[in-house]
Amino acid sequence: MKKKSLDELHAIRKNKKSEIDLRTGKKGYRVVVGMATCGIAAGARPVMQTLIEEIEANHLTDVTLAQTGCIGVCRLEPLVEVYDPEGKKVTYVHMNPEKAKKLVKEHLMGNKVVAEYTMEIIDGKVIDPVIK
Amino acid sequence: MKELSLHILDITQNSIRAGASLVKVIVDENVHKNKLMIQIEDDGCGICKEKLSDITNPFVTSRTTRKVGLGLSLFKAAAEQSGGHFSINSEINVGTKVEATFVYDHIDRAPLGNMAETIVTMILSFNDANLIYQHRYNDKVFIFSTLEIKEILGDTPGILKEPEILIWIKKTVTEELKDLREE
Repeated sequence: MKKKSLDELHAIRKNKKSEIDLRTGKKGYRVVVGMATCGIAAGARPVMQTLIEEIEANHLTDVTLAQTGCIGVCRLEPLVEVYDPEGKKVTYVHMNPEKAKKLVKEHLMGNKVVAEYTMEIIDGKVIDPVIK
Repeated sequence: MKELSLHILDITQNSIRAGASLVKVIVDENVHKNKLMIQIEDDGCGICKEKLSDITNPFVTSRTTRKVGLGLSLFKAAAEQSGGHFSINSEINVGTKVEATFVYDHIDRAPLGNMAETIVTMILSFNDANLIYQHRYNDKVFIFSTLEIKEILGDTPGILKEPEILIWIKKTVTEELKDLREE
């Protein structure tokens, strides 16, 4: 890597320490993106990029990002799961960068679930958002 | 998959599931020889001989959530449809190496696509595993290593997953690859 890039990294490091302690504090939302073959082929990577950028741009220091394998509903990929601090989960389906932006704004920042993008399970059957 | 970089991301997810602690990705673009080579090597748990012989069969997978495994099959098809070859070698408790070659200017060769996004997404999935990514373009080479980054940032668990760091990685890889292709 070039010296210029590494210098930037040194600078980031200087300002960083306290924020990392915050993020591992498990007080905020945990956002998980499905990143198996099905998710990747359906467009999970740009969704992940948008989430990274929006979380950083809005200084959401207590939100953690992660990814997971195949959840089993490949036809609804890209999938994003949002866990609240109590471990309660909301599953968003057919995501794209635009929807991801709305998720960050309304759910992660406004604590309001974007119901129109979510999936529900009733009697063990997945209810698609289009049917809902 | 629309981009070869998406295949690379996908194959490395296998490495992580195999418990790898180091993943090496090599991309070698040789325009003069009209050849592109992609290699992914890990030190994960490996694949047994019986399974390896049938690994690119889409109906073979180690997962339990569904019965198909398309990752390697799709990557193999991507190589072969563009006049290239695919190979996989593995040894139990040593690791696995996947290699694909492509005819560079073949009309059916998918574009490499956004490697920077692939690297960032990989790192986010890697937990404590390390990545060495070597990208060669004709005679020039760029090497990216999470070991080098951890030397600067320290080894705090999860430090590479900080959005600020991920954004720096994306910017750095994008710039370095652009420089590589210039001239």
